[in-house]
Amino acid sequence: MSTVVKTPQETHVARGFDVQKVRKDFPVLNQKVHGKPLVYLDNAATTQKPVRVIEAIENYYRHDNSNIHRGVHALSERATEAYENVRIAAQKFLNAADSKEIIFVRGTTEGINLVAQTYGRKNVGAGDEVLITAMEHHSNIVPWQLLCDEKGAKLKVAPINDRGELLLEEFEKLLGPKTKIVAVGHLSNALGTINPVREIVRMAHAHKIPVLVDGAQAAPRMPVDVQELDCDFYAISGHKMYAPTGIGVLYGKTRLLEAMPPYQGGGDMIASVTFDKTIYNRLPYKFEAGTPNIADTIGLGAAIEYLNGLGMERIECHEADVLTYATREVEAIPGVRIVGTAREKAGVLSFVMDDIHPHDIGTILDREGIAVRTGHHCAQPVMQRFNIPATARASFGLYNTREEVDALVAGIHKVREVMG
Amino acid sequence: MSELRELYQEVILEHSKKPRNYRALEGANHRAEGYNPLCGDHFTVYLDLKDGAISDIGFQGSGCAISKASASMMTQTLKGKTAAEAESIFTRFHDLVTGQTTGNQEELGKLAVFAGVSEFPLRVKCATLAWHALRAALRGEEQAVSTE
Repeated sequence: MSTVVKTPQETHVARGFDVQKVRKDFPVLNQKVHGKPLVYLDNAATTQKPVRVIEAIENYYRHDNSNIHRGVHALSERATEAYENVRIAAQKFLNAADSKEIIFVRGTTEGINLVAQTYGRKNVGAGDEVLITAMEHHSNIVPWQLLCDEKGAKLKVAPINDRGELLLEEFEKLLGPKTKIVAVGHLSNALGTINPVREIVRMAHAHKIPVLVDGAQAAPRMPVDVQELDCDFYAISGHKMYAPTGIGVLYGKTRLLEAMPPYQGGGDMIASVTFDKTIYNRLPYKFEAGTPNIADTIGLGAAIEYLNGLGMERIECHEADVLTYATREVEAIPGVRIVGTAREKAGVLSFVMDDIHPHDIGTILDREGIAVRTGHHCAQPVMQRFNIPATARASFGLYNTREEVDALVAGIHKVREVMG
Repeated sequence: MSELRELYQEVILEHSKKPRNYRALEGANHRAEGYNPLCGDHFTVYLDLKDGAISDIGFQGSGCAISKASASMMTQTLKGKTAAEAESIFTRFHDLVTGQTTGNQEELGKLAVFAGVSEFPLRVKCATLAWHALRAALRGEEQAVSTE
């Protein structure tokens, strides 16, 4: 049952990736917690920020702060340019065909809600179906439930196997004339499973059904090419990819975005307003009502630049090496069981220990300076699927090392020692 | 390490592994559920109230060592107590685990082993989950109580 990620032999691309040097870019990592060096393994919850991101936000407020898309003065021009440059950077990062397909949102959750409330409300009716998978995060379940409740539609759930892999044949069987949209995670936050998105999209498109991909966990861990995936929507969160909280991106195909009604009304999203009629702005502004989160968008731009500088392939290989090592070491500890053993996996190591509750594991690891998440990881249906109340989850980022995995393993032994 | 030992005392670990009164009461005339959605801890507390006193008490559910041991020792402490006494002990217990030790701690008895929780603020909800359910049961509130 060992999980094949990538063997260390395959990680040659990671050469030239100097993790010790990279760690120096993240000031927060250089601290002690309860007298022990911080080992931050909660990256699926949120990632730490490199100096470059922190400075980009500060510089913006020190030098360029202004509202965008309206002033004729120098500061507004600079702010607008900086903001719009991030749209282009995000377009390239996801390899979208056009920068107008990049909508700035607060995060993945808002991106999914936007699609549910615009595309969904327009196209899903009574008796229709929305198809998701059994491994979704609550943010890719609840927006669709809200929509289905409102419209009298039905939420269908494609099952997963004991490894935590989507059963593709079952998924395909659930596609039908009533299915109006498919929503799947690219990389499961609770299990680490990488879904075969290209295949999922091909199956759905054969029925002319659009596909939304929750890319929150995938975007910081692997190269993403939305044209190659051919997905219709792709949502990401800045804070999970070394950028600030409160900013994210929704990618959507132009054809779909143009046919969708606006999400929120306000300034910036209009071309002209009279009390009789309002003409909506063109893409992408139609979906960006009100003054946006300019500073954090600029922070996102700095994070994308940082990731590009390191190279997503190198990051992917480095993290695969750390996860493979961690899987091997943690699996070998008596009484520990890994939850989520998909053959295609990244970033996440969820585990349970015999008779020890994850909450107790989390508290004891914290005293060793090790930050992990314990609980249901906003994926209660996944916990129900595996018949467990919760797991402890170590999730890796680009700055984690094999030495930190050793600290985790020592910490798990300490848990056993304390709990008897 | 010493703080961890304070938290996970032998008595607490022992109760978490062999909880007392761990059963659904057949003749319970009051019951309530306690749920912590953050960590998934979930307990049901059963009470048999006779003439304003707890003649029998039991609990079932799942949770971490702290929440389970707390539930177990709660049932031991409260058997035979009046509803008013139980409420008062809960108040004292709450003060104990939140580090507000101004009140009279004597009536807590064995429950004093939970003093170590006050060094772990995130675990206060674990230690008090079953107690919140108890209070709901005493007050006849049927809806599950949540610590969130």
